[in-house]
Amino acid sequence: MAESSSIKASTGRKPVGALLGVIPFFAYTAIFLVLPTLIVVVGSFLDGNGRPTLGNLSALAEPQIVAAFVRSVVLSAVTALLGAVFGALLAYAVSTAREGGLLRRLVTSLCGVLAQFGGVTLAFAFVATVGGEGFVTLWLKNLGVDLSGSTWLYEPYKGLVLVYTYFQIPLMLIVFLPAGEGLRPQWREAAESLGGSTWDYWRHVAGPILAPSFIGAMLLLFTNAFSAYATVAALISQGSPLITLQIGGTLSSEVVLGQENIGKAMALGMVAIVAIVMTIYAVLERRTTKWLGR
Amino acid sequence: MKTRTARRTGVAALAALTLIGIAACSPPAKTSDTTSTGGVKAASATSAKDLGGMTGLVDAAKKEGTLNVIALPPDWANYGEVIKGFEAKYGLKVDSAQPDAGSADEITAAKNLKGQSKAPDVFDLGGAVANANTDMFAAYKVATFADVPDTLKDANGLWVNDYGGYMSIGYDAGKVPAPAKVADLLKPAYKGKVALNGDPTKTGAGFNGVVMAALSQGGTADDISKGVAFFTSLKTAGNFLPVDPSPATIASGQTPVVFDWDYLNVAQGKKLTGKIDWKTLVPAGAVLGGYYVQAINKDAPHPAAARLWEEYLYSDEGQNLWLKGGARPVREAAMVTAGTIDKTAHDALPKADGTPVFLTSAQSDKAKAYLTANWAKAIG
Repeated sequence: MAESSSIKASTGRKPVGALLGVIPFFAYTAIFLVLPTLIVVVGSFLDGNGRPTLGNLSALAEPQIVAAFVRSVVLSAVTALLGAVFGALLAYAVSTAREGGLLRRLVTSLCGVLAQFGGVTLAFAFVATVGGEGFVTLWLKNLGVDLSGSTWLYEPYKGLVLVYTYFQIPLMLIVFLPAGEGLRPQWREAAESLGGSTWDYWRHVAGPILAPSFIGAMLLLFTNAFSAYATVAALISQGSPLITLQIGGTLSSEVVLGQENIGKAMALGMVAIVAIVMTIYAVLERRTTKWLGR
Repeated sequence: MKTRTARRTGVAALAALTLIGIAACSPPAKTSDTTSTGGVKAASATSAKDLGGMTGLVDAAKKEGTLNVIALPPDWANYGEVIKGFEAKYGLKVDSAQPDAGSADEITAAKNLKGQSKAPDVFDLGGAVANANTDMFAAYKVATFADVPDTLKDANGLWVNDYGGYMSIGYDAGKVPAPAKVADLLKPAYKGKVALNGDPTKTGAGFNGVVMAALSQGGTADDISKGVAFFTSLKTAGNFLPVDPSPATIASGQTPVVFDWDYLNVAQGKKLTGKIDWKTLVPAGAVLGGYYVQAINKDAPHPAAARLWEEYLYSDEGQNLWLKGGARPVREAAMVTAGTIDKTAHDALPKADGTPVFLTSAQSDKAKAYLTANWAKAIG
């Protein structure tokens, strides 16, 4: 009896100090994560007068909102895939360079900057470069190729793919480089000494080892693109083609008033989509873990 | 025991202090019972006659001494000169708060400052905000009330349109050929060059741009589907540029053709004189008007001054001052007929050929619903 109570006491005391330490963290997440999520969830089920309704959720079935969801998911998936493939190749190339070498330091620090290069500045950079009056466009015009009337930069599946990939590839390099560096040259030598080809090495050794971090990084890229707002808002001002723009429209419109809670329902839809992607990731990860026999 | 009592006393003292503090913060009770010779309080006067004519109104306003206005930028529709003119003419002091605020901020200020001497006396609002807040207005008819077309005022004078303009096409004459009508913009010369000032489901200017296109394509104020179809053709032709135009994009040549209000396009042209030849066209037969709304705060701390201000704004003098700022005063037609309009300023406005169309609030709701359902699809 005495022993168990003393154990209780000691285990009971320990968390107090530990809890104190994490209070700033909990306070932070409560204000910036839990509270906004609650506001979104509750608001999704209320009408303009604060009465419960399912009207906001049924509004999600309207064609322009469905189309915006589809475009956002496709754009995010495509740019995540492109970013992941090219970023991983780049990360592998960098990881084979001499550690501490100039090239390696240059590429990683450059990517550190570019991965954070987004929003209005990124949009402006593209407009100033390849927009209707961009310097590349004007330069091409002097060479006889007139693209000044083209609006490709402002189309979701053309311009946005390019602009988004611009920050996706560097981000992939940053998050994937540690995994690439984890590959030991000895493994390759071992595979070769056992008569394995390059393909065998990648298929049976490097591939399985890198797969979980590759998929995890791709998920990060997906959510990164899915939630992006400022870049696209600065580029496209018509038709709100992406879901984040649709949400922005419900909050800032001076023409159609009182649709804030439909915006919250759309945000809830985004939460649901990210939850689905996370679940897929969890399932994939469990399978690869089993596969690796860990 | 002792400590507890001490603490309680402390709490009581604190509470008392707080109360005193609150009382000290609130201004002295307003005495807005300016009575005229006729015995009617200024706050309930529905015309100058109730206060014994203009002389009575001016006397009552002078007694109040001050007028609170809000959200009137001095360079917007020439408000700087309007305010100076009013002060000089009647010897009242105009207290202009938050000149850069928006319509919704005016209503918020009136609610927050209700009963205080700093509350706004008069409003200058966008149509949507005015429609949603008519219960905050006091009915008043200025002497020239009859000159204002019926569709541009509340029958009882609860609100009256004040100044505004027509939807127009601004274009860089050095870069594109001059369009004669809206349909010209479908030509290859305008490839990737035509922009609308904002998404029509989000901004008033964008919304009216689509309605104007509808009128030009044989649509009506009741059915704007032809306007949306026009932008679909514009998009298919590769001419529609989904960029949000701003003074910067116009100056840099990124948006060579812009659908916007004529007073904004004209102001743009003035600013760019010598750099870009920015011209403004109000398409013939597609004249769409949009006006701001003038109203008196029913809880105005200076009810007589508020009414005198309205009389001044709707006098020939006030109307011509707005006109000088490039805005079309609501009595434009009547003043042209009477010959009292400022000819020079009037001639400087873009020519408008055709009867101006104004959306009723029902028509505008219908158009909004149509745009919400169809705009993204139309240009997607």
